[in-house]
Amino acid sequence: MEVPILKQGDFLIATIQAALTDADLLHLRTALLQQVVRCRSRGVIVDVTSLDVMDSFASRTLREIAQMIHLRGAETVIVGIQPEVAFAMVQLGLKLEDVATALDLEEGLAHLKQKSEGPA
Amino acid sequence: MARIDTDPNSTSVEEEYSRSAEHTKPASVLLRELVAHLREHRTQLREEWARRITEAKVLTAMTKDEVFAEATSVYDNYVEALETGTFEALQAYARNLSERIIPRGVETHEVVGIVLLLRDVLARSLFAKYQTDFTKLNRILDAYEPAANRIANTVAVGFVQERERIIREQQEAIRELSTPVLQVRERLLILPIIGVIDPQRARQLTEQLLRGIRTNRAKVVVIDITGVAAMDATVANHLVQTVEASRLLGATVIVTGLSPEIAQTIVNIGVDLGKMNTVGDLQGGIEQAERLLGYKVVPLEAS
Repeated sequence: MEVPILKQGDFLIATIQAALTDADLLHLRTALLQQVVRCRSRGVIVDVTSLDVMDSFASRTLREIAQMIHLRGAETVIVGIQPEVAFAMVQLGLKLEDVATALDLEEGLAHLKQKSEGPA
Repeated sequence: MARIDTDPNSTSVEEEYSRSAEHTKPASVLLRELVAHLREHRTQLREEWARRITEAKVLTAMTKDEVFAEATSVYDNYVEALETGTFEALQAYARNLSERIIPRGVETHEVVGIVLLLRDVLARSLFAKYQTDFTKLNRILDAYEPAANRIANTVAVGFVQERERIIREQQEAIRELSTPVLQVRERLLILPIIGVIDPQRARQLTEQLLRGIRTNRAKVVVIDITGVAAMDATVANHLVQTVEASRLLGATVIVTGLSPEIAQTIVNIGVDLGKMNTVGDLQGGIEQAERLLGYKVVPLEAS
């Protein structure tokens, strides 16, 4: 399943709309990286509001996405993790360490803007 | 027909015949007979029972009039259950009665006691009525006892179940009370935890907090554990998980109020609270939260 990636100024927004297979996740990783390069984006938002489950593969792939995008000088924010999903994740020990997270799209964009403005 | 009376206890054939006819009466007929007797002597038996209740000094939480009123209902329900052989109506009545008297402080032993007293009062009255015919008395008791026991059981169990239901409700209410999630500023939540945290409560707390973060769009949460007396490894881990889950929703957590005892426990256990933001007390925690959110609190100029 193809995840739509939208451009919003300097940022990219990828909205995951349903459960993704492992192959879909890897495809998303590649697609995002290519888009970041093509659009010279400074930030990426991955919106997981519609996911009711997050397994260890998904969690690891999201971390990899953040790390790879960081190597391109851009920041990644995961937004929209549902309370039940967050609870299940911490119980399984899936921490998404070193990956920025925000409540929703609005917060995610605010975070990216703040980061990219940097210290004046 | 002439009889030769050698034995004063011997009986005529007619008497023998009528007695054997009694022996073949089915239990249901006997039951109807006994119910009729109980209804006929209702007033007197009910008073006898109420008197014995007072004598036994039970139901002291209720007034004499109340006891009499309830006694009347119980009596009628009792006889009805004996008559119909069905116990649903009695169960419903028992639950209803329990709901009314439990808040008055009536205890289980009192309820079981009065039902057994009623059983005894009715049994005695049956002994009195059928004392001349031991065989018939036995058959009447064969019909009466299982039903009476089932009634005592139904009422007692109904009462106990109602008590358990009330206790569960109260526990739930206490749980709800003890974990409020409070918004004190835009985007700032406080979760004051008081008392003992068991795994179930910890889970409930976390779920409530996460929902609160989403609903209030909180960016900072201050979890105050001043009111938590003791902490073990399990609870410490729950706290760590709560902090991590909150972060996944984009909120920063500041933990305040770790007592010296808890601070020692945590270090001794070796739980990694390294990534946790901790501040001494609630005041400090709120001040730091405000800084994180970009608030500055200044006193109003005295003009």
